[in-house]
Amino acid sequence: MARILGTSIKRREDPALITGRGKYTDDLKLQGMLHAVIVRSPHAHATIKKIDTAAAKAAPGVVAVYTAADVAKAGTPGMIPVGWLLPNLKIPPHPMLASEKVRYVGDGVAVVVAEDRYQARDAADLVLVDYEPLTAATDPKKAVDGTAAQIHAEAENNIAFDWEIGDAAAVTAAFASAAKTIELDLRNNRLIPHAIEPRAVLADFNSAKGDITIWMTTQNPHVHRLLMCMASIGLPEHKVRVIAPEVGGGFGSKIHHYPDETITAFCSMQLDRPVEWAATRTETNLTDAHGRDHVTKAELALDANGKITGLRVNTYAAMGSYLSTFAPAVPTYLYGTLLSGQYTIPAIHCRVIGAFTNTSPVDAYRGAGRPEATFVVERLLHLAGEATGLGQAEIRRRNFIPADAFPFQTQVALAYDSGNYAPALDRALEMVGYDQLRRDQEIRRKGKGKQIGIGFSSFIEACGLAPSAVVGSLGAQAGQWESAEVRVNPTGSVSVYTGSSSHGQGHETTFSQIVAEKLDLDVSQVDVIHGDTGSVQFGMGTYGSRSAAVGGSAIWKSVDKIIEKAKKIAAHLLEAAAEDIEFGGGKFTVKGAPDRGVAWGDVVLQAYLAHNYPADLEPGLTATTFYDPANFTYPFGTHICVVEVDPETGTTKLLRYIAVDDVGNVINPMIVDGQVHGGLAQGIGQALWEGAVYDDGGQLLTGSLMDYALPKIHNHIPFELDRTVTPCPHNPLGVKGVGEAGAIASPPAVVNAVMDALQPWGIRHIDMPLAAEKVWRAIAASGRV
Amino acid sequence: MGQKIKLEVNGKTVEREVEARLLLVHLLREELGLTGTNVGCETSLCGACTVLIDGEAVKSCTQLAVQAHGRKVTTIEGLANGTELHPLQQGFWEKHGLQCGYCTPGMILSAAYLLSHNPKPTDQEIREGLKGNLCRCTGYHNIVEAVRWAADQMSS
Repeated sequence: MARILGTSIKRREDPALITGRGKYTDDLKLQGMLHAVIVRSPHAHATIKKIDTAAAKAAPGVVAVYTAADVAKAGTPGMIPVGWLLPNLKIPPHPMLASEKVRYVGDGVAVVVAEDRYQARDAADLVLVDYEPLTAATDPKKAVDGTAAQIHAEAENNIAFDWEIGDAAAVTAAFASAAKTIELDLRNNRLIPHAIEPRAVLADFNSAKGDITIWMTTQNPHVHRLLMCMASIGLPEHKVRVIAPEVGGGFGSKIHHYPDETITAFCSMQLDRPVEWAATRTETNLTDAHGRDHVTKAELALDANGKITGLRVNTYAAMGSYLSTFAPAVPTYLYGTLLSGQYTIPAIHCRVIGAFTNTSPVDAYRGAGRPEATFVVERLLHLAGEATGLGQAEIRRRNFIPADAFPFQTQVALAYDSGNYAPALDRALEMVGYDQLRRDQEIRRKGKGKQIGIGFSSFIEACGLAPSAVVGSLGAQAGQWESAEVRVNPTGSVSVYTGSSSHGQGHETTFSQIVAEKLDLDVSQVDVIHGDTGSVQFGMGTYGSRSAAVGGSAIWKSVDKIIEKAKKIAAHLLEAAAEDIEFGGGKFTVKGAPDRGVAWGDVVLQAYLAHNYPADLEPGLTATTFYDPANFTYPFGTHICVVEVDPETGTTKLLRYIAVDDVGNVINPMIVDGQVHGGLAQGIGQALWEGAVYDDGGQLLTGSLMDYALPKIHNHIPFELDRTVTPCPHNPLGVKGVGEAGAIASPPAVVNAVMDALQPWGIRHIDMPLAAEKVWRAIAASGRV
Repeated sequence: MGQKIKLEVNGKTVEREVEARLLLVHLLREELGLTGTNVGCETSLCGACTVLIDGEAVKSCTQLAVQAHGRKVTTIEGLANGTELHPLQQGFWEKHGLQCGYCTPGMILSAAYLLSHNPKPTDQEIREGLKGNLCRCTGYHNIVEAVRWAADQMSS
């Protein structure tokens, strides 16, 4: 059979989704289903003096109204735990419904359950909450300066943690002897993930059985079940089934354990009826964990030849009102460890202060820490390219880790397993037509009209977080393996049960390609089951660009075990030794005697008949693997963005975007390209348009799509992609992650391009998003208009 | 008091007595079980709820059901001709114009409206024509490809 691994077959997910037959959580309907609406704080920081639910309870259709007092009365734990610990991390309690104090606009204080969603919505307005407003702290740097309002009694000065990595003394020495130093103050703008499907839950408790089924918008159903059972709803794990139906995008926002899912489950348990909750867009914007929100000072030291000798980074990272599931890991182990980028940097030191703020919690959002690190490194490289006169290609090339230096131990814990950075840069330069572009730019710079800018980003990312023992030593409260059970059915078709949990990535298609390739089956003979704790034994889910590298490898290993067992059965049927059996072309043959063979289907059937069968072998043909990777995978690449900036208006127009990525071997090129496209759109969005804005009082000014500039189709341009291929040396597929690469690489590429266009005005930096007004003001303030 | 409405949905006559404030999208999803039409916001900006009313693309989350009285509504469930996919559905499949699929029904119906009055749009016209529909997965790149593919099929 022709190879299917590496080919762009169409997605099997699509027929349901293009005909309206995909079932998302809010599409599900159960007999007797009730609707919940959560009453949320309009204040960013306030004490709760009194909650009066009488009028709401008396409203038409209302079945129940609950507050924190009812949670306590029911004996339900009702807490939201954090899943990653750091040394000296301050962990204030996070109740699912606020009782004494609210800490951000959107904090839940009560829940109304009614027969239909209109009635629930009406009655929610009748819940009267008497608040005593307090001063709010919204900026991560100001929140810890000693003058801000105290958000949690447990965290003095609002400091959640004070973390560092690297060698401060070595960095001090590097700066003392530097020929040139570059300094940059920047803010990495806060983002709202904006999966187009808002979060939703349907919980169905059955008191007769004592169990509950929860359909929800989740990227990791087993993790949600675990956290819910450990701290939230007070049911044992085996009595809880969490199902991810179709999930309409996540980008990190559906990893985290939020109060709302727990509140909905609580309502169902109290009422013994199915209860549904679906967020509005504004609720989603107020309560989904946001991304980024760093205030950073970064400094780079260079020698006289333009070689980097030191990097110092000090960051204030917002945690928001409470610690979200993986929040402490994001600005620390996923950020500080990436600061070597693609470069040999002999001395690095990074200190991060995690700050509580009266805002929505901040947690992993596409890229999670790595875009923030890449932004620091690539903005500094851009400035270094200018300051040294080496230019953008040469400053990078001169500092690349050489291809023969891998595996490469960085100064910030990570050991890169493989890499070959120059070919991606070369290819990007060729694609963009670099020399000609620079000539065009020179011509434009002679006039006062629209200017061209060219921006580079040579990025690395570390994804497929691993191995479990290492992440455990860094504070993870979970393993980072993935499971796969491969069941061969008696008629020879295959059902794969994966712990990865697709929410748009196309796992059903790509994972079936892996199995079909290895077993020489038609891809239609392979089914992929995911996203259900009732079918899959346990799994870590889909985030951090881990599914192909970790989940796919688990499948690969399980198929290997299947083949190994099937060979024993074939050996028995062929009266040969198992070690002499070869598998290929859909049949088992005896080495050296290719005419002595037995077909896949006959071997499989015998595994279930067990009539003519090895005495020492159990019947059945199924295999399970819990694959724990040896290391992260390290995708890399070079992106080049070309923009045109109009100095009259400050408007930036995207002209070209070239992305040369190295994600190792590729299972389905069409899907991989799609992942890059999506990541680019989000990263370019961060650079040019997006940003969550809180006012000083903690009101979210970008609470709807009318105020938050989510990129539209006419804002974007066609992307120009290519790949180099450096296979991952430590997983059987040779694949690396791809889901986050575009979002990691692109913000500095775009900002560097705009800054390059603004070079004639002497403008060094403007914080994202590069809205026209900000650019225009910077030009106006330059004095060179 | 309920309001009596009569409309045609995907070729079938529907008569209902509805609350005056009932949104069209809720009539479609909750009364008629047509859950292919999705809700992604409440401000008419994401376009996930787009349906065709008398052939025009309309966001059903900000239309009242009573406003559809006497009109013909087409949802994603009514676009295919039996088991034969509409060229736009096929195009989104061929060109990987969707990932999570949540925006897709609305995106396809907006594209259907675009092609109904501009059968051979340029890429820029496709982008202008679909700017009322948000997608967070695809970066829009393959959506343009999908619509162009469908336009080519439909005009050949």
